[in-house]
Amino acid sequence: MSDVPKPDELFSSIKYGPPRTGWMDNPVDIKKGIYSYAGNPKSLEYVGLPFARQWNPIDEDWNLPENWKEIISKGFRERLDRFRSIKVFMDICVRCGACADKCHFFIGSGDPKNMPVLRAELLRSVYRNDFTTAGKILGSLGKNFKKIIGARELDLQVLKEWWYYLFQCSECRRCSVFCPYGIDTAEITIMGRELLNLIGLNIDWIITPVANCYRTGNHLGIQPHAYKDMMDFFADDIEEITGVKVEPSFNRKGAEILFVTPSGDVFADPGTYTCVGYMMLFHYLQEKYGFDITWSTYASEGGNFGFFTSHEMMKRLNAKMYAEAKRLGVKWIIGGECGHMWRVIHQYMDTMNGPADFLEEPVSPITGTKFENAKSTKMVHITEFTADLIKHNKLELDPSRNDHLKVTYHDSCNTSRGMGLLEEPRYVIKNVCNNFYEMPVNTIREQTFCCGSGSGLNAGENMELRMQGGLPRANAVKYVHEKHGVNMLSCVCAIDRAALSASMEYWVPEVEVTGVHEMVGNALILPGEHKRTTDLRSEPLPGMEDDDAE
Amino acid sequence: MNISYMYSLIAVVVLFLLAYVGVKLPGGEVFFGVIIPYLAIIIFVLGFVNRVVDWARSPVPFRIPTTCGQQKTLPWIKPASIDNPSTTGGVIVRMILEVVFLRSLFRNTKCELKEGTKISYEWEKWLWLFSLIFHWSFFTVVFRHLRFFTEPVPACLQLLEKLDGFLQIGLPGLMLSGVALLAGVTFLFLRRIWIPQVKYISLGSDFFPLFLIFGIAFTGILMRYFTKVDIVGIKAFTMGLITFKPHITEGVASIFYVHLFFVSVLLAYFPFSKLMHLGGIFMSPTRNLANTSRVKRHVNPWNYPVKIHTYDAYEDDFREKMMAPETPEEPEEKE
Repeated sequence: MSDVPKPDELFSSIKYGPPRTGWMDNPVDIKKGIYSYAGNPKSLEYVGLPFARQWNPIDEDWNLPENWKEIISKGFRERLDRFRSIKVFMDICVRCGACADKCHFFIGSGDPKNMPVLRAELLRSVYRNDFTTAGKILGSLGKNFKKIIGARELDLQVLKEWWYYLFQCSECRRCSVFCPYGIDTAEITIMGRELLNLIGLNIDWIITPVANCYRTGNHLGIQPHAYKDMMDFFADDIEEITGVKVEPSFNRKGAEILFVTPSGDVFADPGTYTCVGYMMLFHYLQEKYGFDITWSTYASEGGNFGFFTSHEMMKRLNAKMYAEAKRLGVKWIIGGECGHMWRVIHQYMDTMNGPADFLEEPVSPITGTKFENAKSTKMVHITEFTADLIKHNKLELDPSRNDHLKVTYHDSCNTSRGMGLLEEPRYVIKNVCNNFYEMPVNTIREQTFCCGSGSGLNAGENMELRMQGGLPRANAVKYVHEKHGVNMLSCVCAIDRAALSASMEYWVPEVEVTGVHEMVGNALILPGEHKRTTDLRSEPLPGMEDDDAE
Repeated sequence: MNISYMYSLIAVVVLFLLAYVGVKLPGGEVFFGVIIPYLAIIIFVLGFVNRVVDWARSPVPFRIPTTCGQQKTLPWIKPASIDNPSTTGGVIVRMILEVVFLRSLFRNTKCELKEGTKISYEWEKWLWLFSLIFHWSFFTVVFRHLRFFTEPVPACLQLLEKLDGFLQIGLPGLMLSGVALLAGVTFLFLRRIWIPQVKYISLGSDFFPLFLIFGIAFTGILMRYFTKVDIVGIKAFTMGLITFKPHITEGVASIFYVHLFFVSVLLAYFPFSKLMHLGGIFMSPTRNLANTSRVKRHVNPWNYPVKIHTYDAYEDDFREKMMAPETPEEPEEKE
């Protein structure tokens, strides 16, 4: 983070006053620290995306295909015909500005083109020029007329502006909550990125994970043996901490349930502790109730960076979940803690890759609860599953083992605004720890703020952007940190665990980040465990140190 | 000077002059009183229908409601049945709240950077309040005008007029809706000038309908309270229009034709503009769908097969490593 300004410098540099000249007269200025590197052509090639080539966003020449305008125009038309959302959202915005200060990137940067309305206008202006009667008639009267109706021609500058600002939107949908017509900038960004992908303009932090996921089953490119190695390593940790040996199974045919979680949980701290939590929970259930679950190295990714590339790529990556469930002959699927993974599962999977008629309607083998809310998709969120266990008193818990934590909870954008998973994680948290404090009401639940790095923007080179976008969330955490002494920010998202760790380190260094199931793992009393002296991070538990030490 | 604002203002002034002067030319009354209004109505109806049909022609491939509350899951967790509806009834209530009471705008907050490093989000009710006033009073005014197209005037209209004029100020009695419309439109205009961000995003096509509606309300109020036009003559004329037996009543003041012309322009402009939010709000997939994505399969009419990396291909790629998992190898880490 060496190039990023100091937190107080960044904060005091935020100015909300827009420039004097109109937004169409301010050409895009692609800044270091804000933009992400261009996609590696090998990755594009691997998944068969067109126009794979070396190019650099800060170069004048992007080595575009000659007929790029034609490609974009044709692509735009196709998408208008395929998605009512886009067609309606292009037409009905009244520019009331209610969305303007709802975007974390605008709040943190003050850049007017990060106001959701203006981000959408970047595309709408071209839409008006090329696809509307009014735009064509009035536009023919001259440049001034074009400007007053907000129409403009697509040229290289406009394209660069699209690219720059469409990769400064994390598709979090907060603006869509406040829009009187529900205009969803995520839809517009998704569509805009699809268009950019038609001419090979992706960023590397998206397309390389996509290629990895396609090949190895997960974004991090973890190959099957390494995946298993990591889990063995976690099993050793669990044995050290609890004295209990857990043995997760992989790719096991005939298991009752398949478990899919983001690979970040297996490979990136602090998500790894959440993974440890899952392993302990499954072991507990297996010992006590004969629970039968398998992991998969083929479907070893819950997240879906295809979602940040195109609908087609999302479908191609997501297909593995049902394919693996079918191959293994499981009855249903449980999904781990992840944000956009759950938007894809909840709102897209069944439509794209279903019907899942080879699976059964999910029923908890332990409590007998029918998950009727998942009866078609046949995939249940782990906090729905765990909340149900706790409600039925099926877990032996010692919440005092989380007493060293003062916890708050960050709702992931996608699970809150694309699903409505609000109470389940809170119920779990309140049962596994004693100190829980909510952040201010305008920053949680459906009004939650993005971590600042969602939708594939979690790269290193755009750290300034990430810290800008992470500001509103971090600021709310700071508030509860100062008021209640909160020292742990919990969440149900793998991107959050990585991104919030960085933004906490920058904005509120006293606060760490955890997944919900890490705290479950801390509190869960495993059959036959020895006295715990540390938490899952191998940090000493206050008041529970070794007796010898006293 | 802001060209969006100036051009729109000039356009409305030009429209005013066109009608004011034009109606005095030979044939002017027929042109502005009969031809233009009929043409405007035809453009409005066909344009509106065409736009809605065009939207409807594009499918809704995915079920993507914006959920603004707790989902319906476990039986002991109370769902937000309106803000995150799981039934058609819930969706209908959500849509009614949205259309009739501007539910989402009611949530509006204002973000401010405070001393030190604090950010506050305060409830901002004015945009919601004035938008509500604007839309409701506009609706009331339009509804009241049905008295010019009905004979006898239905009781419900008379009741509405009584309510609207309950203050009983002046003669003819002051109608609140007219004043409220003028206040609403003025507020919506002023915030476009005052609030820097809103000014920055405003286009000519945002100012034009505001000026036009201001013009409509202004000329209407002028006629009713100040110049006192020949109301009986106008009713005879409007009844002629609605019964398709148009005839010109002699001696109606030019200001009436200006009023009528403004209304005609607004109607004809409507289908090609952002005013189509009137129809679009009903078609917004983030609002008009129930959050039943995992309960009931939503079908995408253009779903097509895609190329995937099958398990067999995956096993071919990694067979050796899968057979000998004890050979550890550092994977390529992307962090």
